[in-house]
Amino acid sequence: MSDGSAIAPPSLLRVARVFAVLGTTSFGGGVVAYLRDALVEKERWFDDREFVRLLELSQTLPGLNAVNMAVIAGDQLRGGRGAAVAGLAMLLPGVAFVLGLGALYAPYANAGWMTALLGGAAAAAVGLLLATALRLGRAQFRRPLDLAILLVTAFAVGELRLPLVWVVPVVGAVAIWLYRPRPGATGTQDAQDAGTPP
Amino acid sequence: MSDELAMLAQLFTDFATASLLAIGGGSAALPELHKVVVADTHWLTDQQFKEIYSLGQVAPGPNMTMVAVIGMHVAGWAGALVTLVAFFVPSSLLAVGANRLWRRLEPWPWLEAIRQGLAPVAIGLLIAGVWLLARLAIDGAPTLAIASVATAILLVRRVSPLWLIVAGASVSWLVSG
Repeated sequence: MSDGSAIAPPSLLRVARVFAVLGTTSFGGGVVAYLRDALVEKERWFDDREFVRLLELSQTLPGLNAVNMAVIAGDQLRGGRGAAVAGLAMLLPGVAFVLGLGALYAPYANAGWMTALLGGAAAAAVGLLLATALRLGRAQFRRPLDLAILLVTAFAVGELRLPLVWVVPVVGAVAIWLYRPRPGATGTQDAQDAGTPP
Repeated sequence: MSDELAMLAQLFTDFATASLLAIGGGSAALPELHKVVVADTHWLTDQQFKEIYSLGQVAPGPNMTMVAVIGMHVAGWAGALVTLVAFFVPSSLLAVGANRLWRRLEPWPWLEAIRQGLAPVAIGLLIAGVWLLARLAIDGAPTLAIASVATAILLVRRVSPLWLIVAGASVSWLVSG
């Protein structure tokens, strides 16, 4: 559990403070940059290699990357309690903020200005999500097999509105099988594609 | 009372399922969440779903804390607690578990196949999330323009998403007169 974390483990209070600051100051897609800055540069809890390993694992697993990172890091630093503290500290500021906003919003939900403001925010959020998907999917858009898997998933969920319980296991299983380990093949093609991050 | 308990139980199951199956991050869960609270149950309208998602965009910290607001609208404080726990706890347990087993998982040849195979599924789910949100949010020339400009700006340079959201809201408010 303590592999990768150097020197003496920090106190639970320290873990709580660092992640509460992250949960308060980070916004949207930028969380990973904030995490690296805090965990690698400032606190020196992890070296770069370990951070990248944690990040890749967090991205592969379901759930939010930032929350996955927080609980995994907390667990490596202070075990199960560390995981709980890090996750809660990361989430609670945002939860309190958004619930407060929700309470402010409710009485004015039908006001013209509120509809206009939130309509504009939602439209900008579409752009944000689209740009994120395009950036994250750069490698996948260029490979025909990946593009096919991607389109089938998007169509089944976005257009046919099929439940995830069906789509993800079925398409996922087929996709994993298509990429199944083959004796002899060392996956150089994939290694090349994966080896060109920004 | 039993009605409310049944509703909370359903919220829990549906939100936990959405979070565990939406590989590729929070917004990949949007279509499933919309299906659960709007299309299937009519607990929220399209408009409310869209607006609550927008509120979440200006909150600090990880994305998708807005599930608490959905829970609050559907079933009060109990609903907020249930959606939060369901959306964040099971996936966190899975993450910690996978990391603890990492040494044993790492040499497993199927691991790379899983990573390679699920990557396009994750992007596909994200695209489905974009598609859903676009259908809810783009209702005319102004919103189409805001979404296009936001996309273009983000593809060219890295700006804080918060500023884009605030700018989008301001422009829309100004245009609405």
